[in-house]
Amino acid sequence: MRLLPMPSHSLLLFVVWLLLNNSASPGHIVLALFFAITIPWLVADMRDEHPKIRRPWLAVRYTLMVMMDIVTANLEVALLIIGPIKKLKPGFVAIPINIQSDLGITVLASTVSLTPGTVSAEVSKDKAWLYVHALHLDDEAALIDSIKQRYEAPIKEIFGC
Amino acid sequence: MPFYLEIIVSISLLIGSAFLLIGSYGLVRLPDIYMRLHSPTKASTLGITGILVASMIFQSHLKGFLSIQELLITLFLLITAPVAANMIAKTALHHRAKPLERTQNQELIDVIRDREPPRSPHDPS
Repeated sequence: MRLLPMPSHSLLLFVVWLLLNNSASPGHIVLALFFAITIPWLVADMRDEHPKIRRPWLAVRYTLMVMMDIVTANLEVALLIIGPIKKLKPGFVAIPINIQSDLGITVLASTVSLTPGTVSAEVSKDKAWLYVHALHLDDEAALIDSIKQRYEAPIKEIFGC
Repeated sequence: MPFYLEIIVSISLLIGSAFLLIGSYGLVRLPDIYMRLHSPTKASTLGITGILVASMIFQSHLKGFLSIQELLITLFLLITAPVAANMIAKTALHHRAKPLERTQNQELIDVIRDREPPRSPHDPS
């Protein structure tokens, strides 16, 4: 058995433990190390295989881009809420997706929910369609295009699937 | 606490609460459940972040060391908000909640509920 079966999870646990306790005292560092080593060791056999992050740098850039988009999404939705309700044209949209892995689809669906004007509602059984509800649907084709290019393409690259 | 810090804390508190207020107002104002979903998932993330930024600055000043615990709350919120929205949307679909009359592509609703691919292949162009 390897010492660190899930190195990234170990790092995450370590950081989260220190943040939870809001301290970097030696005692907490030892405790964090203990958790970072034992928890992955205990659960390593139970988890499903997920694709690994192939392009960590792109993942960081993607995260930053999504953060910026969240800010604009907030402003946009806030304006839509305050503005005249009668002018809103809500609608459902089916977006063809091309990601096989569950993790990739989850990331895409979450991103879509957090970014401008759309909430993901469901994924079709064959994992080929993501159904989205848009608060204000002006141009369906443009929405599909922007989601595919802005979010789906980088996710595919990050996970290499 | 120096004056300029007080200003920054107050401003981020105000921005945060403004967004939270708008988010809650949206819950009251928007007409159907699918539209209402949008306001808490979006407007609240920035609202909470604003308040947490204020808390981070204030606590860091109070304790004399960098306090970034609040980042965890933001992280958990970013992970859980879309999942919650997704589950509420699914539940609404299964309860056959009526969408607003002028909702576009209503024919998709039955397909979405059964998780089937769209019936007539949707050509986006």
